Amino acid sequence: MSEMKKIKNLKEFSTSADRFEGANLLCPGCAHSIIVREILNATNDDLVLSASTGCLEVCTAVYPYTSWDASWIHIGFENSSTAVAGAEAMYNALKTKGRLKQPDRNPKFVAFGGDGASYDIGFQWISGCMERNHNMMYVVLDNEVYANTGGQRSSSTPIGSSATTSPAGSISYGEKMNKKDMMGIMAAHHIPYAAQVAPNKWKDMVKKIQKGFATEGAVFINAVSPCTTEWKFDPKDTMMLTDLATDSLVFPLYEVIDGKEFNITYRPKNVVPVEEYLAAQGRFKHLFKDEYKYLIKEWQERVDANWAYLQRREEAKV
Amino acid sequence: MAKKGWDEFEIGAMLRTFDGSIDDIAGTRQEDRSYSENSSYMASVADWRLIKPVFNKDYCIDCQFCWIYCPDVSIISRDKKLIGVDMDHCKGCGICVEVCPTNPKSLLMFPEQADEETEIAQWPKKDEEEA
Ligand SMILES: Cc1ncc(C[n+]2csc(CCOP(=O)(O)OP(=O)(O)O)c2C)c(N)n1
Ligand code: SF4
Ligand SMILES: [Mg+2]
Repeated sequence: MSEMKKIKNLKEFSTSADRFEGANLLCPGCAHSIIVREILNATNDDLVLSASTGCLEVCTAVYPYTSWDASWIHIGFENSSTAVAGAEAMYNALKTKGRLKQPDRNPKFVAFGGDGASYDIGFQWISGCMERNHNMMYVVLDNEVYANTGGQRSSSTPIGSSATTSPAGSISYGEKMNKKDMMGIMAAHHIPYAAQVAPNKWKDMVKKIQKGFATEGAVFINAVSPCTTEWKFDPKDTMMLTDLATDSLVFPLYEVIDGKEFNITYRPKNVVPVEEYLAAQGRFKHLFKDEYKYLIKEWQERVDANWAYLQRREEAKV
Repeated sequence: MAKKGWDEFEIGAMLRTFDGSIDDIAGTRQEDRSYSENSSYMASVADWRLIKPVFNKDYCIDCQFCWIYCPDVSIISRDKKLIGVDMDHCKGCGICVEVCPTNPKSLLMFPEQADEETEIAQWPKKDEEEA
Protein backbone atom coordinates (compact mmCIF):
# COMPACT_ATOMS: atom_id res chain seq x y z
CA MET A 1 0.00 0.00 0.00
CA SER A 2 1.40 3.34 -0.99
CA GLU A 3 1.42 6.23 1.39
CA MET A 4 -1.71 8.36 1.62
CA LYS A 5 -1.29 11.86 0.23
CA LYS A 6 -1.22 14.38 3.09
CA ILE A 7 -3.89 17.04 2.73
CA LYS A 8 -4.25 18.92 6.01
CA ASN A 9 -5.78 22.07 4.63
CA LEU A 10 -6.71 23.81 1.41
CA LYS A 11 -3.34 25.55 1.05
CA GLU A 12 -1.59 22.21 1.14
CA PHE A 13 -4.16 20.72 -1.27
CA SER A 14 -3.52 23.58 -3.71
CA THR A 15 0.02 22.32 -4.32
CA SER A 16 -1.51 19.38 -6.24
CA ALA A 17 -0.61 19.10 -9.92
CA ASP A 18 -3.94 18.46 -11.64
CA ARG A 19 -4.32 15.45 -13.92
CA PHE A 20 -7.48 16.84 -15.51
CA GLU A 21 -7.27 19.64 -18.07
CA GLY A 22 -9.21 22.73 -19.06
CA ALA A 23 -10.53 23.51 -22.52
CA ASN A 24 -12.82 20.55 -22.13
CA LEU A 25 -16.30 21.36 -23.43
CA LEU A 26 -18.31 21.10 -20.20
CA CYS A 27 -20.63 24.09 -19.66
CA PRO A 28 -19.18 27.04 -17.74
CA GLY A 29 -19.89 26.35 -14.06
CA CYS A 30 -20.45 22.59 -14.47
CA ALA A 31 -19.90 20.74 -11.19
CA HIS A 32 -18.78 17.49 -12.86
CA SER A 33 -15.22 18.73 -13.29
CA ILE A 34 -15.05 20.20 -9.77
CA ILE A 35 -15.87 16.73 -8.43
CA VAL A 36 -13.40 15.03 -10.77
CA ARG A 37 -10.61 17.40 -9.73
CA GLU A 38 -11.23 16.80 -6.02
CA ILE A 39 -11.15 13.03 -6.56
CA LEU A 40 -8.08 12.92 -8.80
CA ASN A 41 -6.15 15.32 -6.59
CA ALA A 42 -6.85 13.19 -3.51
CA THR A 43 -4.07 10.81 -4.53
CA ASN A 44 -0.63 10.91 -6.17
CA ASP A 45 -0.87 7.26 -7.23
CA ASP A 46 -1.31 6.18 -10.85
CA LEU A 47 -4.88 6.18 -12.07
CA VAL A 48 -6.83 3.84 -14.34
CA LEU A 49 -10.06 5.65 -15.19
CA SER A 50 -13.12 5.30 -17.34
CA ALA A 51 -16.31 7.23 -17.97
CA SER A 52 -19.72 6.20 -19.17
CA THR A 53 -21.26 8.23 -21.96
CA GLY A 54 -22.68 11.44 -20.58
CA CYS A 55 -21.51 15.03 -20.27
CA LEU A 56 -18.23 14.12 -18.60
CA GLU A 57 -17.17 11.61 -21.23
CA VAL A 58 -18.44 13.48 -24.25
CA CYS A 59 -16.99 16.84 -23.23
CA THR A 60 -13.55 15.62 -22.19
CA ALA A 61 -12.82 13.53 -25.28
CA VAL A 62 -13.67 15.62 -28.30
CA TYR A 63 -11.46 14.39 -31.12
CA PRO A 64 -8.56 15.13 -31.43
CA TYR A 65 -8.40 16.15 -27.77
CA THR A 66 -8.39 14.42 -24.40
CA SER A 67 -8.60 16.27 -21.08
CA TRP A 68 -7.16 13.36 -19.09
CA ASP A 69 -3.54 13.05 -18.01
CA ALA A 70 -3.97 9.45 -16.91
CA SER A 71 -5.07 6.15 -18.47
CA TRP A 72 -8.68 6.77 -19.32
CA ILE A 73 -11.02 4.43 -21.15
CA HIS A 74 -13.74 5.86 -23.39
CA ILE A 75 -16.53 3.31 -23.38
CA GLY A 76 -20.31 2.87 -23.78
CA PHE A 77 -23.15 4.36 -21.77
CA GLU A 78 -23.64 1.31 -19.56
CA ASN A 79 -20.21 -0.05 -18.88
CA SER A 80 -17.63 2.28 -17.37
CA SER A 81 -17.90 0.05 -14.30
CA THR A 82 -17.07 -3.21 -16.09
CA ALA A 83 -14.32 -1.57 -18.18
CA VAL A 84 -12.48 -0.61 -15.02
CA ALA A 85 -13.33 -3.91 -13.32
CA GLY A 86 -11.76 -5.70 -16.31
CA ALA A 87 -8.62 -3.60 -16.08
CA GLU A 88 -8.43 -4.31 -12.37
CA ALA A 89 -8.87 -8.05 -12.94
CA MET A 90 -6.09 -8.02 -15.52
CA TYR A 91 -3.83 -6.06 -13.21
CA ASN A 92 -4.39 -8.66 -10.49
CA ALA A 93 -3.69 -11.52 -12.90
CA LEU A 94 -0.41 -9.96 -14.03
CA LYS A 95 0.51 -9.28 -10.44
CA THR A 96 -0.13 -12.90 -9.44
CA LYS A 97 1.99 -14.09 -12.35
CA GLY A 98 4.75 -11.67 -11.40
CA ARG A 99 4.52 -9.98 -14.76
CA LEU A 100 3.94 -6.37 -13.71
CA LYS A 101 6.69 -4.15 -15.12
CA GLN A 102 6.51 -1.81 -12.13
CA PRO A 103 5.10 -3.91 -9.29
CA ASP A 104 5.79 -1.23 -6.69
CA ARG A 105 3.28 1.19 -8.20
CA ASN A 106 -0.15 1.10 -6.74
CA PRO A 107 -2.73 2.23 -9.29
CA LYS A 108 -6.22 3.29 -8.30
CA PHE A 109 -9.14 2.11 -10.42
CA VAL A 110 -12.00 4.59 -10.75
CA ALA A 111 -15.09 4.56 -13.00
CA PHE A 112 -17.31 7.61 -13.49
CA GLY A 113 -20.91 7.65 -14.65
CA GLY A 114 -23.86 10.03 -14.68
CA ASP A 115 -27.07 9.22 -12.85
CA GLY A 116 -28.63 8.07 -16.12
CA ALA A 117 -25.71 5.72 -16.69
CA SER A 118 -25.75 4.53 -13.08
CA TYR A 119 -29.28 4.58 -11.67
CA ASP A 120 -30.78 3.29 -14.96
CA ILE A 121 -28.73 2.06 -17.88
CA GLY A 122 -25.58 0.68 -16.25
CA PHE A 123 -27.34 -0.44 -13.10
CA GLN A 124 -26.82 -4.21 -13.42
CA TRP A 125 -23.19 -3.84 -14.48
CA ILE A 126 -22.43 -1.74 -11.40
CA SER A 127 -24.31 -4.22 -9.25
CA GLY A 128 -22.12 -6.99 -10.70
CA CYS A 129 -18.91 -5.08 -9.96
CA MET A 130 -20.02 -4.40 -6.40
CA GLU A 131 -21.12 -8.02 -5.89
CA ARG A 132 -17.79 -9.36 -7.18
CA ASN A 133 -16.14 -6.82 -4.89
CA HIS A 134 -13.58 -5.57 -7.39
CA ASN A 135 -10.91 -3.35 -5.91
CA MET A 136 -12.34 -0.26 -7.57
CA MET A 137 -14.30 2.92 -6.95
CA TYR A 138 -17.48 3.75 -8.81
CA VAL A 139 -18.46 7.43 -8.79
CA VAL A 140 -21.88 8.75 -9.79
CA LEU A 141 -21.97 12.36 -10.96
CA ASP A 142 -25.53 12.84 -9.82
CA ASN A 143 -27.20 15.75 -11.60
CA GLU A 144 -30.58 14.01 -11.45
CA VAL A 145 -31.19 14.14 -15.19
CA TYR A 146 -29.91 12.92 -18.57
CA ALA A 147 -28.15 16.22 -19.13
CA ASN A 148 -26.10 15.35 -22.18
CA THR A 149 -29.10 14.48 -24.33
CA GLY A 150 -31.15 17.47 -23.32
CA GLY A 151 -32.72 16.83 -19.94
CA GLN A 152 -34.76 13.62 -19.91
CA ARG A 153 -35.82 12.30 -16.51
CA SER A 154 -33.86 9.45 -14.91
CA SER A 155 -34.73 7.38 -11.86
CA SER A 156 -32.65 9.92 -9.92
CA THR A 157 -34.90 12.84 -10.94
CA PRO A 158 -36.82 13.96 -7.84
CA ILE A 159 -40.55 14.58 -7.51
CA GLY A 160 -41.76 17.87 -8.97
CA SER A 161 -38.74 18.49 -11.17
CA SER A 162 -39.61 19.52 -14.71
CA ALA A 163 -37.71 17.38 -17.23
CA THR A 164 -38.22 17.13 -20.99
CA THR A 165 -39.91 13.72 -20.64
CA SER A 166 -41.85 14.76 -17.53
CA PRO A 167 -42.55 18.42 -18.23
CA ALA A 168 -44.46 20.65 -15.86
CA GLY A 169 -47.47 22.35 -17.38
CA SER A 170 -51.17 22.90 -17.00
CA ILE A 171 -51.93 19.24 -16.23
CA SER A 172 -48.73 18.08 -14.54
CA TYR A 173 -46.31 19.24 -11.89
CA GLY A 174 -43.47 17.36 -13.62
CA GLU A 175 -41.73 14.23 -12.37
CA LYS A 176 -44.03 11.97 -10.32
CA MET A 177 -41.68 9.23 -9.10
CA ASN A 178 -39.45 9.64 -6.12
CA LYS A 179 -35.67 9.50 -6.48
CA LYS A 180 -34.22 5.99 -6.31
CA ASP A 181 -32.29 5.28 -3.09
CA MET A 182 -29.09 4.27 -4.87
CA MET A 183 -26.95 4.57 -1.73
CA GLY A 184 -29.27 2.12 0.05
CA ILE A 185 -29.19 -0.31 -2.86
CA MET A 186 -25.42 -0.21 -3.17
CA ALA A 187 -24.94 -0.56 0.59
CA ALA A 188 -27.20 -3.61 0.43
CA HIS A 189 -24.46 -5.32 -1.62
CA HIS A 190 -22.54 -5.21 1.67
CA ILE A 191 -19.59 -3.58 -0.01
CA PRO A 192 -16.89 -2.34 2.35
CA TYR A 193 -17.53 1.36 1.68
CA ALA A 194 -20.25 3.59 0.26
CA ALA A 195 -20.49 7.34 0.71
CA GLN A 196 -22.45 10.37 -0.43
CA VAL A 197 -20.30 13.44 -1.13
CA ALA A 198 -20.66 17.03 -2.29
CA PRO A 199 -17.95 19.20 -3.85
CA ASN A 200 -18.61 22.20 -1.57
CA LYS A 201 -17.55 20.09 1.42
CA TRP A 202 -14.16 19.37 -0.13
CA LYS A 203 -12.57 18.17 3.09
CA ASP A 204 -15.32 15.66 3.79
CA MET A 205 -15.09 14.56 0.17
CA VAL A 206 -11.30 14.14 0.12
CA LYS A 207 -11.44 12.22 3.39
CA LYS A 208 -14.03 9.83 1.98
CA ILE A 209 -12.19 9.40 -1.31
CA GLN A 210 -8.96 8.64 0.52
CA LYS A 211 -10.81 6.19 2.72
CA GLY A 212 -12.19 4.63 -0.44
CA PHE A 213 -8.73 4.38 -2.00
CA ALA A 214 -7.41 2.72 1.15
CA THR A 215 -10.25 0.18 1.11
CA GLU A 216 -9.63 -3.29 -0.28
CA GLY A 217 -12.70 -4.02 -2.37
CA ALA A 218 -15.56 -2.20 -4.02
CA VAL A 219 -16.35 1.41 -3.18
CA PHE A 220 -19.44 3.32 -4.24
CA ILE A 221 -19.59 7.13 -4.23
CA ASN A 222 -22.65 9.25 -4.99
CA ALA A 223 -21.64 12.85 -5.70
CA VAL A 224 -24.21 15.64 -6.00
CA SER A 225 -23.44 17.60 -9.16
CA PRO A 226 -25.56 20.73 -9.70
CA CYS A 227 -26.13 21.24 -13.42
CA THR A 228 -26.46 24.88 -14.40
CA THR A 229 -28.15 24.01 -17.70
CA GLU A 230 -30.79 21.55 -16.54
CA TRP A 231 -31.38 22.76 -12.99
CA LYS A 232 -31.58 26.23 -14.47
CA PHE A 233 -29.43 28.53 -12.36
CA ASP A 234 -26.68 31.01 -13.14
CA PRO A 235 -23.27 29.30 -13.71
CA LYS A 236 -21.66 31.47 -11.04
CA ASP A 237 -24.00 29.97 -8.42
CA THR A 238 -22.88 26.33 -8.62
CA MET A 239 -21.29 26.34 -5.17
CA MET A 240 -24.18 28.28 -3.63
CA LEU A 241 -26.53 25.60 -5.02
CA THR A 242 -24.34 22.84 -3.59
CA ASP A 243 -24.40 24.58 -0.21
CA LEU A 244 -28.21 24.67 -0.35
CA ALA A 245 -28.28 20.96 -1.28
CA THR A 246 -26.17 19.89 1.70
CA ASP A 247 -27.51 22.41 4.21
CA SER A 248 -31.18 21.71 3.48
CA LEU A 249 -30.36 17.99 3.94
CA VAL A 250 -31.75 17.25 0.49
CA PHE A 251 -28.29 15.69 -0.01
CA PRO A 252 -27.20 14.51 3.42
CA LEU A 253 -23.52 13.59 3.66
CA TYR A 254 -22.91 10.18 5.15
CA GLU A 255 -21.04 6.93 4.69
CA VAL A 256 -22.00 3.27 5.08
CA ILE A 257 -19.40 0.71 6.11
CA ASP A 258 -19.95 -2.96 5.22
CA GLY A 259 -23.56 -2.19 4.40
CA LYS A 260 -24.53 -1.62 8.00
CA GLU A 261 -22.56 1.00 9.90
CA PHE A 262 -23.96 4.42 9.00
CA ASN A 263 -21.99 7.56 9.86
CA ILE A 264 -23.41 10.99 9.22
CA THR A 265 -20.37 13.10 8.37
CA TYR A 266 -21.89 16.57 8.15
CA ARG A 267 -24.49 18.13 10.41
CA PRO A 268 -25.35 21.66 9.22
CA LYS A 269 -25.32 24.23 12.03
CA ASN A 270 -28.26 26.01 10.46
CA VAL A 271 -30.53 23.72 8.49
CA VAL A 272 -31.93 25.59 5.49
CA PRO A 273 -35.62 25.08 4.58
CA VAL A 274 -36.00 22.83 1.50
CA GLU A 275 -38.09 25.63 -0.02
CA GLU A 276 -34.93 27.74 -0.42
CA TYR A 277 -33.18 24.94 -2.29
CA LEU A 278 -36.16 24.53 -4.63
CA ALA A 279 -36.59 28.28 -5.15
CA ALA A 280 -33.02 28.66 -6.40
CA GLN A 281 -33.67 26.42 -9.43
CA GLY A 282 -35.74 26.93 -12.55
CA ARG A 283 -36.65 23.23 -12.75
CA PHE A 284 -38.86 23.68 -9.65
CA LYS A 285 -40.25 27.13 -10.51
CA HIS A 286 -43.82 25.89 -11.09
CA LEU A 287 -44.00 24.44 -7.56
CA PHE A 288 -44.44 28.00 -6.30
CA LYS A 289 -47.80 28.36 -8.04
CA ASP A 290 -50.69 28.16 -5.58
CA GLU A 291 -52.00 24.84 -6.86
CA TYR A 292 -48.64 23.09 -6.39
CA LYS A 293 -47.47 24.62 -3.12
CA TYR A 294 -48.56 21.52 -1.20
CA LEU A 295 -45.70 19.72 -2.96
CA ILE A 296 -43.16 21.95 -1.23
CA LYS A 297 -44.58 20.90 2.12
CA GLU A 298 -44.38 17.25 1.07
CA TRP A 299 -40.79 17.79 -0.08
CA GLN A 300 -39.85 19.08 3.39
CA GLU A 301 -41.60 16.14 5.05
CA ARG A 302 -39.72 13.64 2.85
CA VAL A 303 -36.38 15.27 3.62
CA ASP A 304 -37.14 15.35 7.36
CA ALA A 305 -38.19 11.70 7.31
CA ASN A 306 -35.03 10.67 5.47
CA TRP A 307 -32.85 12.60 7.92
CA ALA A 308 -34.60 10.94 10.85
CA TYR A 309 -34.11 7.55 9.17
CA LEU A 310 -30.38 8.15 8.66
CA GLN A 311 -29.97 9.17 12.28
CA ARG A 312 -31.77 6.04 13.47
CA ARG A 313 -29.55 3.87 11.26
CA GLU A 314 -26.47 5.64 12.57
CA GLU A 315 -27.49 5.05 16.14
CA ALA A 316 -28.55 1.45 15.65
CA LYS A 317 -25.41 0.42 13.71
CA VAL A 318 -27.38 -2.30 11.96
CA MET B 1 0.18 17.87 -36.58
CA ALA B 2 -2.07 17.48 -39.61
CA LYS B 3 -5.44 16.51 -38.19
CA LYS B 4 -6.87 13.23 -39.38
CA GLY B 5 -10.32 13.07 -40.95
CA TRP B 6 -13.02 11.19 -39.08
CA ASP B 7 -12.62 8.15 -41.36
CA GLU B 8 -8.84 8.05 -41.01
CA PHE B 9 -8.87 7.61 -37.25
CA GLU B 10 -8.14 4.01 -36.25
CA ILE B 11 -10.85 2.21 -34.28
CA GLY B 12 -9.73 1.67 -30.73
CA ALA B 13 -6.84 4.09 -31.13
CA MET B 14 -5.10 5.78 -28.24
CA LEU B 15 -4.69 9.49 -27.76
CA ARG B 16 -1.45 10.21 -25.95
CA THR B 17 -1.55 13.19 -23.65
CA PHE B 18 2.20 13.70 -23.57
CA ASP B 19 5.06 13.58 -26.01
CA GLY B 20 7.58 11.15 -24.64
CA SER B 21 7.02 9.76 -21.16
CA ILE B 22 6.44 11.31 -17.77
CA ASP B 23 7.12 9.02 -14.88
CA ASP B 24 5.44 11.02 -12.15
CA ILE B 25 2.60 13.10 -13.56
CA ALA B 26 1.14 13.93 -10.16
CA GLY B 27 4.54 15.32 -9.18
CA THR B 28 5.05 17.34 -12.36
CA ARG B 29 3.58 20.82 -12.73
CA GLN B 30 1.79 21.78 -15.92
CA GLU B 31 4.61 24.06 -17.04
CA ASP B 32 7.09 21.18 -16.80
CA ARG B 33 5.00 18.70 -18.80
CA SER B 34 5.45 18.10 -22.52
CA TYR B 35 1.82 18.02 -23.59
CA SER B 36 1.12 16.50 -26.99
CA GLU B 37 -1.19 18.23 -29.43
CA ASN B 38 -3.91 15.82 -28.34
CA SER B 39 -4.18 17.32 -24.86
CA SER B 40 -6.98 19.83 -24.44
CA TYR B 41 -4.41 21.80 -22.41
CA MET B 42 -3.09 22.89 -25.81
CA ALA B 43 -6.54 24.18 -26.83
CA SER B 44 -8.32 27.36 -25.78
CA VAL B 45 -11.89 28.20 -24.79
CA ALA B 46 -11.13 31.90 -24.29
CA ASP B 47 -13.65 32.80 -27.00
CA TRP B 48 -16.48 31.34 -24.87
CA ARG B 49 -16.19 34.27 -22.44
CA LEU B 50 -18.37 37.34 -22.37
CA ILE B 51 -17.11 38.35 -18.96
CA LYS B 52 -13.74 37.63 -17.40
CA PRO B 53 -12.30 37.50 -13.90
CA VAL B 54 -9.68 40.07 -12.93
CA PHE B 55 -7.39 39.19 -10.01
CA ASN B 56 -6.29 41.89 -7.57
CA LYS B 57 -3.52 40.41 -5.44
CA ASP B 58 -3.61 43.27 -2.92
CA TYR B 59 -6.60 41.78 -1.12
CA CYS B 60 -5.95 38.07 -1.65
CA ILE B 61 -5.37 35.97 1.47
CA ASP B 62 -4.44 32.82 -0.50
CA CYS B 63 -7.32 30.85 1.01
CA GLN B 64 -7.46 28.79 -2.23
CA PHE B 65 -11.26 28.55 -2.36
CA CYS B 66 -11.13 29.72 -5.98
CA TRP B 67 -8.49 27.08 -6.75
CA ILE B 68 -10.53 24.18 -5.42
CA TYR B 69 -13.88 25.28 -6.88
CA CYS B 70 -12.67 26.30 -10.35
CA PRO B 71 -14.24 23.79 -12.78
CA ASP B 72 -11.66 24.57 -15.46
CA VAL B 73 -8.31 24.24 -13.70
CA SER B 74 -7.81 27.93 -14.43
CA ILE B 75 -6.76 29.29 -11.07
CA ILE B 76 -2.98 29.08 -11.03
CA SER B 77 -1.60 28.45 -7.57
CA ARG B 78 2.05 27.79 -6.95
CA ASP B 79 3.66 27.24 -3.54
CA LYS B 80 0.31 27.87 -1.82
CA LYS B 81 -0.04 31.30 -3.46
CA LEU B 82 -2.52 32.37 -6.09
CA ILE B 83 -0.51 33.83 -8.96
CA GLY B 84 -3.08 34.38 -11.66
CA VAL B 85 -5.85 33.12 -13.91
CA ASP B 86 -5.23 30.91 -16.96
CA MET B 87 -7.10 32.91 -19.59
CA ASP B 88 -6.84 30.18 -22.26
CA HIS B 89 -8.92 27.78 -20.15
CA CYS B 90 -11.21 30.10 -18.16
CA LYS B 91 -14.79 30.02 -19.50
CA GLY B 92 -15.91 33.01 -17.43
CA CYS B 93 -18.38 31.14 -15.18
CA GLY B 94 -17.69 33.49 -12.24
CA ILE B 95 -17.54 30.83 -9.49
CA CYS B 96 -14.14 32.14 -8.30
CA VAL B 97 -15.65 35.56 -7.60
CA GLU B 98 -18.61 34.06 -5.71
CA VAL B 99 -16.44 31.95 -3.41
CA CYS B 100 -13.84 34.66 -2.71
CA PRO B 101 -14.27 35.60 0.98
CA THR B 102 -12.27 38.84 1.14
CA ASN B 103 -13.81 42.29 1.43
CA PRO B 104 -13.49 43.81 -1.10
CA LYS B 105 -13.22 40.70 -3.24
CA SER B 106 -9.85 39.81 -4.74
CA LEU B 107 -11.45 38.63 -7.95
CA LEU B 108 -14.23 40.45 -9.81
CA MET B 109 -15.89 39.89 -13.17
CA PHE B 110 -15.59 42.51 -15.94
CA PRO B 111 -16.60 42.61 -19.60
CA GLU B 112 -14.14 40.64 -21.74
CA GLN B 113 -12.80 43.82 -23.37
CA ALA B 114 -12.16 45.64 -20.06
CA ASP B 115 -8.62 46.78 -19.35
CA GLU B 116 -7.17 44.93 -16.37
CA GLU B 117 -4.89 47.71 -15.10
CA THR B 118 -7.65 50.30 -15.26
CA GLU B 119 -10.04 48.04 -13.33
CA ILE B 120 -7.44 47.28 -10.66
CA ALA B 121 -6.72 51.03 -10.30
CA GLN B 122 -10.40 51.71 -9.56
CA TRP B 123 -11.09 48.58 -7.51
CA PRO B 124 -14.05 48.97 -5.11
CA LYS B 125 -13.18 49.83 -1.52
CA LYS B 126 -14.37 47.90 1.48
CA ASP B 127 -17.27 50.21 2.31
CA GLU B 128 -18.57 50.43 -1.24
CA GLU B 129 -18.67 46.63 -1.26
CA GLU B 130 -20.86 46.46 1.82
CA ALA B 131 -23.21 49.23 0.80
C1 LIG C 1 -26.87 2.71 -24.92
C2 LIG C 1 -27.00 4.18 -25.11
N1 LIG C 1 -28.22 4.76 -25.01
C3 LIG C 1 -28.35 6.08 -25.13
C4 LIG C 1 -27.26 6.88 -25.40
C5 LIG C 1 -27.43 8.37 -25.57
N2 LIG C 1 -26.91 9.14 -24.44
C6 LIG C 1 -25.69 9.67 -24.45
S1 LIG C 1 -25.35 10.57 -23.08
C7 LIG C 1 -26.91 10.29 -22.46
C8 LIG C 1 -27.35 10.91 -21.16
C9 LIG C 1 -26.41 10.71 -20.03
O1 LIG C 1 -27.03 11.05 -18.83
P1 LIG C 1 -26.28 10.82 -17.46
O2 LIG C 1 -25.73 9.44 -17.37
O3 LIG C 1 -27.15 11.24 -16.33
O4 LIG C 1 -25.02 11.79 -17.54
P2 LIG C 1 -25.01 13.41 -17.61
O5 LIG C 1 -24.93 13.77 -19.05
O6 LIG C 1 -26.26 13.89 -16.96
O7 LIG C 1 -23.80 13.79 -16.86
C10 LIG C 1 -27.64 9.47 -23.32
C11 LIG C 1 -29.03 9.07 -23.10
C12 LIG C 1 -26.00 6.24 -25.50
N3 LIG C 1 -24.88 6.94 -25.71
N4 LIG C 1 -25.90 4.90 -25.36
S1 SF4 D 1 -25.42 20.12 -19.22
FE1 SF4 D 1 -25.06 20.15 -17.01
S2 SF4 D 1 -23.80 18.32 -16.55
FE2 SF4 D 1 -23.72 18.71 -18.78
S3 SF4 D 1 -21.85 19.94 -19.09
FE3 SF4 D 1 -23.59 21.37 -18.85
S4 SF4 D 1 -23.65 21.87 -16.64
FE4 SF4 D 1 -22.38 20.02 -16.88
MG1 LIG E 1 -27.14 13.03 -15.29
